[in-house]
Amino acid sequence: MSDALVVAEHRRGELRDVSYEAITAGRELADARGGDLHVAVIAGGVDGFAEDLNREGVDAIHTVDNGEEFDHNVYQAAIATLLDRTDAGTVVAPNSVNGLDYVPAVAEDRGLPLVTDAIGFEYDGGLTVTREMYGSKVETTVDVDGDRHVLTVRGGEWAPAEGVGDAAIESVEVDPPESGARVTGFEEVGGGDVDIADADVLVSVGRGIEEEENLELVEELADALGATLSASRPIVDNGWLPKNRQVGQSGKVVTPDVYIAVGISGAVQHVAGMKGSDTIIAVNTDPNAPIFDIADYGVVGDLFEVVPELVDEFA
Amino acid sequence: MKVLVTVKEIAEADDDFAIEGTDIAETDLEYDLNEWDDYAVEAAVQLAEAGIADEVVTVTVGPERAEETIRMALAKGADRAVRVWDDAFEEGFSDVAAKVSTIEAVVEAEEPDLVLGGVQAADTGFGATGVALAERIGFEHAAVVNDLEVDADAGVAHVHRELEGGVEELTDVDLPAVLTVQTGLNEPRYASLRGIRQAQRKEIDARELADLGLTAEDVESALTITSMYEPESESDAEMIEGDAGEAAGRLAEVLRDKGVGA
Repeated sequence: MSDALVVAEHRRGELRDVSYEAITAGRELADARGGDLHVAVIAGGVDGFAEDLNREGVDAIHTVDNGEEFDHNVYQAAIATLLDRTDAGTVVAPNSVNGLDYVPAVAEDRGLPLVTDAIGFEYDGGLTVTREMYGSKVETTVDVDGDRHVLTVRGGEWAPAEGVGDAAIESVEVDPPESGARVTGFEEVGGGDVDIADADVLVSVGRGIEEEENLELVEELADALGATLSASRPIVDNGWLPKNRQVGQSGKVVTPDVYIAVGISGAVQHVAGMKGSDTIIAVNTDPNAPIFDIADYGVVGDLFEVVPELVDEFA
Repeated sequence: MKVLVTVKEIAEADDDFAIEGTDIAETDLEYDLNEWDDYAVEAAVQLAEAGIADEVVTVTVGPERAEETIRMALAKGADRAVRVWDDAFEEGFSDVAAKVSTIEAVVEAEEPDLVLGGVQAADTGFGATGVALAERIGFEHAAVVNDLEVDADAGVAHVHRELEGGVEELTDVDLPAVLTVQTGLNEPRYASLRGIRQAQRKEIDARELADLGLTAEDVESALTITSMYEPESESDAEMIEGDAGEAAGRLAEVLRDKGVGA
């Protein structure tokens, strides 16, 4: 028997959805191991958060009222305290940017095996985690030694926990060491002339365009269709289009009527930003590209041949 | 100050690949410098050019084959390289703690003020080594850094951490620190011909575990990959057949049907 400890995530006053998904994953694990499910919520308006997190299947919620926003020192100290005070054998946390800023340190500090970015798991006397490798081209199952571990779970893989639970809510004091990393503020990026989140039709371009001068091709298509041009991360990293055109986890989340992905393989971070589009059309040379998994219409072909033909259709 | 950059040679699968046992067949893999680490190398070289870093050293856990990749980092301006490999690593998949133990030993020998590495490796995608390393060696840390300014006199790195949804967190990190670097931090340079020639003369210090005072036990992994498979396609897409003209014709039909470009 062993409990599971889920760490909730919030930012600027709001719990993030992946917190509820992590609760579902944690409940599954606690069930498999015949234990309780604990949820930790650290910093910010913890009392309000605790009410929201009290979903079906949560046995205990630990609130740590220390600071307003994420601080890895506070998170690390709080989780260490909770692991000492509970029987939690497994820590389950979101595989998010902040998750990656404290979870590896928790695993290292406690000497526990760490598996990040889990998309599934099974527990049958031992933990086996499913995760991707080689840029989502394959999935692997990974056996984890021992009966205590730390897991981060990918967003969107577990259904969010629902209902109302009857968790015991208790406040926990922690005394973190003085922080050598101090948050001084936040900045919204990606403002500017165009809001791609408002567009009804997006022509979105990815690495397959190869060279900056080839962007002309997709600009022509966007013009011909009366669409707005957006892009996947590499195009913005290269400085070929501004940050406000980026679709994905670190860019904008878009839900247009039609999303045309040109030369975009469909990495998970990109898909997170556009999977809610009504109709998804993908053009890519690689028949195994993950973008086709979520597309409604797919063309396996060379964008340099298909796009000019398509422009001609609307000329 | 001295900057240590963790550099990994990553494997990329060809479009068509076969799985043999629990990995992709060696013949279907291409090796390259990890994209994220390329940005970390560039950041370190820029610190050297700005007179902030006195020395840039790369560390790689990888077999002899990786020296080609390491030479790329040297050609871009790193001063020298340490490469650690051992039969013990051939046993299977190394977990985060195994990599941390290895790099920890190199950190002890090199005594850097700043460690830079990529957010994640493109092949395994754990995204954990840098932060776990910081915890082990008692450095401060920040993960997913997409803006960096080092004030060496004050002993502080001013960074932006790229959070989800177009929000950046501004953080001051005391040195010594480990920072994991996001793509887009800078514009990684191409190696110049002169750089490539110079790199041939730069030192790659090849070490085995025993040279670092470690044993196979120190790099034992708690993780074992037990299977690898291609995920079943969940696609229910209409795949449009035919040549480019035919495909474009059908796409135009679909688009007009949705009221696009009409």
